[in-house]
Amino acid sequence: MDTRKELALKFFASQIRLETFRQVANLGFGHLPGSLSVADLLAVLYGSKMNIRPEEPNWPERDIMVMSKGHAGPAVYSTLALKGYFPMSWLMTLNKLGTRLPSHCDRLLTPGVDMTAGSLGQGISAGLGLALAHKVKGIDAKTYIVLGDGECNEGEVWEAFLFAPQHKLDNVIVFIDRNLKQLDGTTAEVLSLGDMAVKLEAFNWHTQTIDGHDIVAISEAIDAAHAVKGRPSAIVMNTIKGAGVKELEEMEINHHIRLSSDMSERGMKVLEEAHAALAEVLREHNVTPIPTALDRE
Amino acid sequence: MYKVIYDGSREKKDHKTVFSSTMMDLIETDPDVVYLDADLMNSSGTMALWKKHPDRAFNCGICEANMMAVAAGLSLGGLKPYAHTFGPFASRRCYDQVFISQGYADNPVRIYGSDPGVCAAFNGGTHMPFEDMALMRAIPQAYVFDIADGVQFEWVLRKVKDADSGVQYIRSTRKNNAAIYAPGSEFEIGKGNILRDGTDLTIIASGIMVGDAMAVAEYLAKEGISIRVVDMFTVKPLDVDLVVKCAQETGVIVTSENHNIIGGLGEAVAAALVENYPVPLIRHGVEDRFGQVGSVDELREAYGLTPERLTELVRKALKRK
Repeated sequence: MDTRKELALKFFASQIRLETFRQVANLGFGHLPGSLSVADLLAVLYGSKMNIRPEEPNWPERDIMVMSKGHAGPAVYSTLALKGYFPMSWLMTLNKLGTRLPSHCDRLLTPGVDMTAGSLGQGISAGLGLALAHKVKGIDAKTYIVLGDGECNEGEVWEAFLFAPQHKLDNVIVFIDRNLKQLDGTTAEVLSLGDMAVKLEAFNWHTQTIDGHDIVAISEAIDAAHAVKGRPSAIVMNTIKGAGVKELEEMEINHHIRLSSDMSERGMKVLEEAHAALAEVLREHNVTPIPTALDRE
Repeated sequence: MYKVIYDGSREKKDHKTVFSSTMMDLIETDPDVVYLDADLMNSSGTMALWKKHPDRAFNCGICEANMMAVAAGLSLGGLKPYAHTFGPFASRRCYDQVFISQGYADNPVRIYGSDPGVCAAFNGGTHMPFEDMALMRAIPQAYVFDIADGVQFEWVLRKVKDADSGVQYIRSTRKNNAAIYAPGSEFEIGKGNILRDGTDLTIIASGIMVGDAMAVAEYLAKEGISIRVVDMFTVKPLDVDLVVKCAQETGVIVTSENHNIIGGLGEAVAAALVENYPVPLIRHGVEDRFGQVGSVDELREAYGLTPERLTELVRKALKRK
């Protein structure tokens, strides 16, 4: 990947982080750290890989992203809003009664959300069903499924890990957001998953392990996965829960957090400064950012 | 319209044959139909379907939770999935997947839960759902069908193909019931069928108990007791208008089902009556017990799912009039 593209995607990821933080800070509580850990992945998917039409969310040949860890809704909503699926102003309605943006992704409420998730383990199965439907219908689209590592406690996930290779679903990439934490503590403390890559390989998945905050690594891993035929691909992403905001990263228990106004201010400041610094680098390299809804506001 | 041919004889074709031939036809006549099973194709008669159409008949292995959410995904992808496993595994084993990925996310799937209640016979208590209708009824906008005979089974399987919303749960034996309907009979979803008119009492039955209800009505007719028999094959949405009409016209009701009296047909009818037109009601069914092994006839005896017990309850109900 050339530096210019990398910078543009980093900038997009930074925007997603900023809008995600703003959204949750506005509400005062939410699943913020687990949203921040997938921000870089969403930037690469929606910023360069996915074949989508935000103005036509139900375009039948679109690529699909299923956020199986449905509590990362805020990150998905920021991404979709920036891509123009719905007005940016909706982000301030997160999780309020009657909102189109509930805590967990809901396909019936949010344009651009293809599958409802939140009851963990189901998104991967439904995503595999969609990928199978694409095969049956002869549609050449990709399905990207994002699993939390804590989510991999669910037995259904392992049923799905068996199902996809059996049905040769090479139109699927599953990402494991391996941030090593779940609600009650570390994944090692609660229900140790061990080496996910080894396990997935043993399940006959094409498996890669990468730094989930490295834009270039994410992009290259997706390209490598697309080249695999006859079996599904998994990308284990080593990530940090709360990535981008040190204060959140360092919280011992940070699945669902309350944000005091001080914390919100500090977090926003960190992210805004990082974003401004990145904007400066983009200017230096004469890089045009990925167009977003913010350009029009 | 439907035509009643009940004369006490058994159906010639078992429901396994009805299911497998209907599924084969549906897959071969509609390119959007897909079939899923959880390692029970040999039991549901769909091995030939799997071999002939491996691109649209999927064996999911013994993974009911995954199967139900995969089916939801297939539905989301514009297909018309049918999924089969034994009744307990099609309902309680994967309830959240049916509830959330199919129901809440509005991805309709047609579920065949086979061998309901005592039909599970020698598979025993672990395989014997007396609660599947209760679970499925509690899913908003779900449809629950308790099948009386093979003619009705085939009609329902074909009818729900084009359902565009709501979990479609169909419970039926794999064997033969009493023959109730003439081939080619037509039904209406959400409408009960009056199989026999009567003025003294109405038996509202479903599934395998419909034949028993007819037998009881015939038997009591000899004593001059006039029983109306309703086949309430759509347990949800319930035909409330018909329940009220029966209450108004016959004054007392007995329900009969191969299910726990908690949460099934009897409770649905009771609620409809109490809210609209209260008359005496007795629920005939399994009285809050677990399953066990035995032949269907032995189990019917053990749980009181017999014409004799139904007759007893009818007499008791008539006294309350």
